[in-house]
Amino acid sequence: MDAAKEARRGSDKTREKAAPPPSASNVPAFSRDEDLHAYREMLLIRRFEEKAGQLYGMGLIGGFCHLYIGQEAVVIGVQMASKDGDQVITGYRDHGHMLACGMEPKGVMAELTGRKGGYSRGKGGSMHMFSREKNFYGGHGIVGAQVSLGTGIGFANKYRDDGAVSLTYMGDGAANQGQVYESFNMAQLWKLPVVYVIENNRYAMGTSVSRASAQTDFSKRGVSFGIPGEQVDGMDVRAVREAATRAIAHARDGEGPYILEMQTYRYRGHSMSDPAKYRTKDEVARMREESDPIEQVRKRLLGPHKVAEDEIKAVDAKVREIVNESAEFATSDPEPDPSELWTDILL
Amino acid sequence: MATDILMPALSPTMEQGKLAKWLKKEGDPVKAGDILAEIETDKATMEVEAVDEGVLAKILVADGTDNVAVNTPIAVLAEEGEDPKGVQAGGKPNGKGEGEGEKGQKAPAPDMQAEGQAERPAPAAKTDDDKPVEKPASPAVITNRGQDPAMAEIPEGTEMVTQTVREALRDAMAEEMRRDDNVFVMGEEVAEYQGAYKITQGLLQEFGAKRVVDTPITEHGFAGVGVGAAFTGLKPIVEFMTFNFAMQAIDQIINSAAKTLYMSGGQLGCPIVFRGPNGAAARVAAQHSHDYAAWYSNVPGLKVVMPYTASDAKGLLKSAIRDPNPVIFLENEILYGQSFPVPKLDDFTVPIGKAKVHREGKDVTIVSFGIGMTYALKAAHELAEAGISAEVIDLRTIRPMDSETVVESVKKTGRCVTVEEGFPQSGVGAEIAARLMVDAFDYLDAPVLRITGKDVPMPYAANLEKLALPNVAEVIEAAKAVCYR
Repeated sequence: MDAAKEARRGSDKTREKAAPPPSASNVPAFSRDEDLHAYREMLLIRRFEEKAGQLYGMGLIGGFCHLYIGQEAVVIGVQMASKDGDQVITGYRDHGHMLACGMEPKGVMAELTGRKGGYSRGKGGSMHMFSREKNFYGGHGIVGAQVSLGTGIGFANKYRDDGAVSLTYMGDGAANQGQVYESFNMAQLWKLPVVYVIENNRYAMGTSVSRASAQTDFSKRGVSFGIPGEQVDGMDVRAVREAATRAIAHARDGEGPYILEMQTYRYRGHSMSDPAKYRTKDEVARMREESDPIEQVRKRLLGPHKVAEDEIKAVDAKVREIVNESAEFATSDPEPDPSELWTDILL
Repeated sequence: MATDILMPALSPTMEQGKLAKWLKKEGDPVKAGDILAEIETDKATMEVEAVDEGVLAKILVADGTDNVAVNTPIAVLAEEGEDPKGVQAGGKPNGKGEGEGEKGQKAPAPDMQAEGQAERPAPAAKTDDDKPVEKPASPAVITNRGQDPAMAEIPEGTEMVTQTVREALRDAMAEEMRRDDNVFVMGEEVAEYQGAYKITQGLLQEFGAKRVVDTPITEHGFAGVGVGAAFTGLKPIVEFMTFNFAMQAIDQIINSAAKTLYMSGGQLGCPIVFRGPNGAAARVAAQHSHDYAAWYSNVPGLKVVMPYTASDAKGLLKSAIRDPNPVIFLENEILYGQSFPVPKLDDFTVPIGKAKVHREGKDVTIVSFGIGMTYALKAAHELAEAGISAEVIDLRTIRPMDSETVVESVKKTGRCVTVEEGFPQSGVGAEIAARLMVDAFDYLDAPVLRITGKDVPMPYAANLEKLALPNVAEVIEAAKAVCYR
């Protein structure tokens, strides 16, 4: 069997095996304002990522660039459940998390283009951005490393007894790394305030979950440590917020870590140079049509919430303006001064 | 026939211990498995079990005797029917009755033992002040005399207290933990066990379980936990039981701890110390004997420290804990039990990045660090007797490397030999040689020679291990060669 067929077979298996999203019927409804907030935040990520993809195509962004399109409901739903002071740490598909944490789109985009005004002054790039001010701890390029680091942030929260919760994200691929389980063990042993958010977008690069994981129910990955977990419809921002509220309360109350498997989907390739041979175009199209996280909210806004189309268009326009400004800044801002080569190595 | 019961070794590096208590007295019958006595070292207390049956005929070393060398006969066991009163020490040594471990390592052939220790010399001393003190039991009081270059950093007239490297490291941590609530120590067996090598002895009792944290055996995970905590501003001291095990964690050390400050444009520092024994101990073979000084020194974003004396160990560890950057602090199991004078000062620190002229000389510069200093100093001592005056520089910090001190010395001597236990290729000696070629080319009268561990994985067999390590004769030979003698 050739590699492409093998990949497709894996993809078919995934589709067969993928659990149907948990029923949305018992998910508490969002108020009009909550839906409007979620819509605006998710749309900002979507448009920002589309712009990043465009700039990449123009050669203005280099290296790796992992887009979050399709997964927006996960980080927005979790952020809606979190409090000021809670920290966020994730892997390399991190642009959405930064925007959700309130980091400036200009600074993020300028880092993508490797400019002076980027969050890391052009020295980190897409996968390595941080904001101490916004409690965003990266942006980590080594698959799974952020899980131990996020556990350490939880350790520090408990050490300081400050009531903060570490929101530690990983993908389904990272969930197979050994240090994840070392971290689960310590987090539960020491009852650390950490919520592990596993963003299961079904593919680790091009390897479907069923081809890489003996246990494809990631909510069960903490069972041997006694860590509670649940599967969540990661395309429904209301379901995400609901589950995250439960998980964060558990962690904040001193009950230890909690695992949330967010069942989600990435529309774009793994990075920018993805042959996409491992899944069908139909699969992607069906997810976009049936489960798009932004479209779900938009329908509620226009329907039950009775928001005028003009109001939504105004939000769309505002978001486009922010994104265009960030792109403008990121392409006009100068590259870092050559002297920057030698700074920030040691304090 | 009567057999001697010998002082057992409780660990691969134990050379002597205290015979704390006899549980049997002369004339008592002994069965195999009976507990004969208790032995204490600075690391542990162990019971001595009988292996053979008989009668405890004679106790040769009394209760409470300190510093009993391994393999010294401590009692004589008479066989059943033999007159216990008639037995003499010096019977067939059975070398048994050890607390733990394999018998093979307890009773090495006498010549091997003697030579082996000569090769790994007890630290040589030029003056009373820098001499490792043989009997650490009662702290001697020495006063710094000031004229010794090895003591130049210590104010003249400072009272000196004799301490082992182990005690100095513990005091450094305790002092810094008292000073700053953000400092905590984590690692395997650091708390209730009191440290696998007893470096964290007493810390749990003083600071409690919140700040002295026993981890599971999970180096990759707890190194990452430490780094994550450091990102938030805590100051973890992460102990690795040995740096060999830190290979499991090296991704977090290098990719997360060392690089994040740069990748965050200066936002996210990582004030963390990774410490533990590094390099060869004794008879623990290739997976437990690796010297990582050169490895870590290759990485921008790290500082790498490797002290030799107790005084430097203490002053540098305190500086490392205060440093806002990740510091790799490489200790040595053989050095833990060795005693040196340590200044009795409320807050004694040694700056990171500063080498020390440990012994002045004019004919050749010998550069070393950590346990390599034992070869360098012994060689310098013997070279002096042969009429060659060697200057010995202790690098102390490998990164950032104080090449200025080395270059200044080589401008004077025109010759340089480097000594380290690590491997030759891309080693610390190779780095020094390269720097001297650029910075002191016109002053060199001979090529820089490197004495290193041999380019082989560390073997277990005693004779092969000895061959794999550097030795004093090699250092002397190299020093003579660069002096064309």
